Amino acid sequence: MRMKLNFVTGLFAAGLTLINGLALAAGQYGPGASDAEIKIGNTMPYSGPASAYGIVGKTQGAYFDMINAQGGINGRKINFISRDDGYSPPKTVEQVRQLVEQDQVLLMFSPLGTPPNVAIHAYLNDNKVPQLFVATGANQWNDPKHFPWTMGWLPSYGTEGHIYAAYILKNLPNAKIAVLYQNDDFGKDYLNGLRDGLGANADKMIVATQSYETTDPTVDSQVVALQGSGADAILIAAIPKFAAQAIRKIYDIGWKPTTFLTSVSNSVGTVMKNAGPEKGVGIISAAFAKDPTDPQWQNSHEYKDWLAFMQKYNSGASTTDIQAVIGYSQAQLMAAVLKASGNDLTRDNVMKQAASVHDLKLPMLLPGITVSTGPDDFAPLKQMQLQKFDGTGWKLFGDVISASGS
Amino acid sequence: MTKDFTAAWRLIGAAVLIALAAALPFAVSTYHAFQLTLVMIYAIAVLGLNILTGYNGQISLGHGGFFAAGAYTAAILMHRYGVPYWATVPPAALICFVLGVLFGLPALRFEGPYLALVTLAMALATPQLLKYFDTWTGGQQGINLLKPVPPHWLGIDRDRWLYLVVLAVLLVAMRVAANILHGRTGRALVAIRDHPIAAAAMGINTARYKTLAFGISTLFTGVAGALSAIVISYVSPEGYGLFLSLSFLVGSAVGGIATIGGAIVGGLFIEFVPNFANDISDAAPWALYGLAMLLFMYAMPRGVVGSLGPWFARSMQRIRPRRAAFDDSEEQLKGRTL
Repeated sequence: MRMKLNFVTGLFAAGLTLINGLALAAGQYGPGASDAEIKIGNTMPYSGPASAYGIVGKTQGAYFDMINAQGGINGRKINFISRDDGYSPPKTVEQVRQLVEQDQVLLMFSPLGTPPNVAIHAYLNDNKVPQLFVATGANQWNDPKHFPWTMGWLPSYGTEGHIYAAYILKNLPNAKIAVLYQNDDFGKDYLNGLRDGLGANADKMIVATQSYETTDPTVDSQVVALQGSGADAILIAAIPKFAAQAIRKIYDIGWKPTTFLTSVSNSVGTVMKNAGPEKGVGIISAAFAKDPTDPQWQNSHEYKDWLAFMQKYNSGASTTDIQAVIGYSQAQLMAAVLKASGNDLTRDNVMKQAASVHDLKLPMLLPGITVSTGPDDFAPLKQMQLQKFDGTGWKLFGDVISASGS
Repeated sequence: MTKDFTAAWRLIGAAVLIALAAALPFAVSTYHAFQLTLVMIYAIAVLGLNILTGYNGQISLGHGGFFAAGAYTAAILMHRYGVPYWATVPPAALICFVLGVLFGLPALRFEGPYLALVTLAMALATPQLLKYFDTWTGGQQGINLLKPVPPHWLGIDRDRWLYLVVLAVLLVAMRVAANILHGRTGRALVAIRDHPIAAAAMGINTARYKTLAFGISTLFTGVAGALSAIVISYVSPEGYGLFLSLSFLVGSAVGGIATIGGAIVGGLFIEFVPNFANDISDAAPWALYGLAMLLFMYAMPRGVVGSLGPWFARSMQRIRPRRAAFDDSEEQLKGRTL
């Protein structure tokens, strides 16, 4: 009798252990995750005015293909569902709702563009769906208090403004700064970042500002007005067309300020060559990723790995486009976060892991630049390195600079 | 007597259809209810374009601009002045009507392809104009709106509630359009489209009717824009590019350009065909979209409703003659006895 009881208890205990064991092996799953796969959603402008950025999504998809070919993450395949929103916010809302409600993705990864992300910001936070590593440079994504489910990726325009301020305070403490900016959030984010970075000295150091509208034919008169202010440094926060005009005009009127050019418009092909390469010598800009056209990286194994990946999994995409480097790095960060989430693939845990990345090195970011996040820090990239234009290309100089604050 | 009889049946048929339409969102998921809401919004916009292009023969490639005007009117009223969402639709309608009339006046000087070019300019300019007046429109960032809350005594979720709101507006819009188009104004519009000189000779004030057609058309499209701002809860310039205007024209042509019911088919096409194309092929969704458009236009050159409508009417007539003959003989009998 007693033995029988023992036997029953034993059986019961064994059963419990077995159930426990099964639960452990199976892991904890939110929507879109299982033993076999992890579904992640994405929207991209494969069509429409911003379709040049479609390469970001293509590269990310190719990267996950490679991960899957190598056995997946913790044994699970990544099912990357990328939908075209044509850069139209109403379409983004629809596509994201389909991804979340019909496809049941675990999270949204790298939706591209500021307006599309603004459109889905409230929806994803209301429904507690992670909106991770959004592909936009606006300042607003680092706001964990109000939007605990949204995290940025790129160094924000404001961060970049801070970085120029840090350089100016250190190297040109008596500078009289002029700012040419586009009259919208993009331009103002730079101006405000610079102002914040200069701190108490801002009002004294910034001697003139001029804005332009994207509908203006040229910025010549603004440049002349800024020269008239007696400034000896200028920050150009403009899109490529106007940046090229400003560089040309500054040179043509014989003004020789220390010129800072935002990373948005420092492309050698579209800006520096159009302005006239000799007119841009000495201009300072900032970067965080390795430009695939820069010969100094082309012998490194990081570049060779990237190139091999591009040729095998993303053939047909340009291997000179820095966006393919950025998308690649972003997918690596996503993979690292999913790996760290282990078998607890709930939305809560993924968000927690995304907010606890410490000094993660990604191969195609500039040496010394790392990814870090925390519960109060939803801006993964906060460092950039300055570079100077030598007439043919950009040459990095100085140390990696971190933005203070914001 | 038979006339009353048919009218009664039609009324019952309409009531059943409306009841089905109102019940539909409860049979599908909230996401599909949301998609169907978008279909109806596009249908209202296409209906507006049908009045102008289908009935009056004026081609507009710029209705996306009026859609945006309606959307921003609603957004600005809600965001800056705290106007409740449902109260933003009439002002949006009014503003778009005025804009349409103002736009229609100079448009009187342009015919056919030239008018298309003028309106194309409007479609191209819209996103940039929205960015330019950024103190009002929020510029590139757009305006984020609070999501409408359904009345809680009703106990239904937001998506199904908005579906019902938009359905109500669509029904009113279709009724109003039918009243306008099946009456004196409609005949005048069609006469102007078919032969402007003959129409003028018959005493139709062509300038007045053409301008009016523009105003009514943009009023409908503006209402659709306001509803879209409410449903999406966000407006920004990127949502109102040239492609939106072209989509309306495509929807209008596929559905049936001079029909009222065709607008719904147009709405379905605008909403679902790009999605289907995207699901079938990642590589060439727009080639598939183009193919779908070609197939539709080959198979039904006058649009789905424009082509199937007459066929449907003929089939119905084949059933009807017997009854009609009977009616006639009854009349004759009456005639004889009297």
